[in-house]
Amino acid sequence: MSEHSHSPNCKVLLGSLSDYIDGDLQAELCAQIEEHIKNCENCRIVVNTLRKTVEIYAQTAGEPDMPEDVRERLYAKLKIDDLLHHA
Amino acid sequence: MEPENSISIEALKSGSREVFARLVEVTSGHVYRVALRILGDEQDAEDVLQETYIKAFRALPGFEGRSSLTTWLYRIAVNEALMLARKRKPEVATVEQDQPFDPEGESAEMEIVDFCCLPEGEFLSNEARRFLDQAVMQLPENLRVVFVMRDLEGLPVQETAEALGISESNVKTRLLRARLRLRQQLSVYYGERIAEGNRR
Repeated sequence: MSEHSHSPNCKVLLGSLSDYIDGDLQAELCAQIEEHIKNCENCRIVVNTLRKTVEIYAQTAGEPDMPEDVRERLYAKLKIDDLLHHA
Repeated sequence: MEPENSISIEALKSGSREVFARLVEVTSGHVYRVALRILGDEQDAEDVLQETYIKAFRALPGFEGRSSLTTWLYRIAVNEALMLARKRKPEVATVEQDQPFDPEGESAEMEIVDFCCLPEGEFLSNEARRFLDQAVMQLPENLRVVFVMRDLEGLPVQETAEALGISESNVKTRLLRARLRLRQQLSVYYGERIAEGNRR
């Protein structure tokens, strides 16, 4: 990518990548990116690994669960522990 | 978290303990996780969790509903977490100014490693999970908070902007920067796993 960083197409692509992988980019710009990465291997790798990075973190999104003792201390601190089982 | 449908804001504002307990039950897991991801320390996350609900309970009578209840809670929690982070480690708290996105700077010395080809088990091994958490903690604070809200908590851009008190445009720019830096770190980490595999 450092080799390609002087290409105007690569620069434009970089600034739009988040929107592209989130599916929030205008169709015309998406088409430009897809055309560009057909012929630019470095940018294709950047797009794919950026998407993979977001996917990997998404798989950890619901973690960790709040430990039960932390929950109990919170309820006690807020003086609503008597409502724990009725809430 | 979507408690609005099942929780009466009027009852909350009038001081109902039962409804407040319901709010805590529905939202506290999210608040704890956000605090932990921002601070990286379980005890600090618990302190922020407790302080968030103490402050929320006191402030509820004045809640005007300009933002959703959950956005309002996130805002309190994030502010508490950032205050604690600065108190704990003022010397290492890094914040980047919101400059326009600079593709030249961001692309300099970018790692090009196609780690997508690794076996799925490699991505979320115990060691990899520790690395993923550390990589988030190494982000500058303002990028980290946006990444946590958007990509780990799944908040929409608008809600993230409201919770953090910044523009939607800044949310998007910070998120892009955060993702590119994490991609860079993961490229190095998983690149080493690929190299190890090739040496075997």
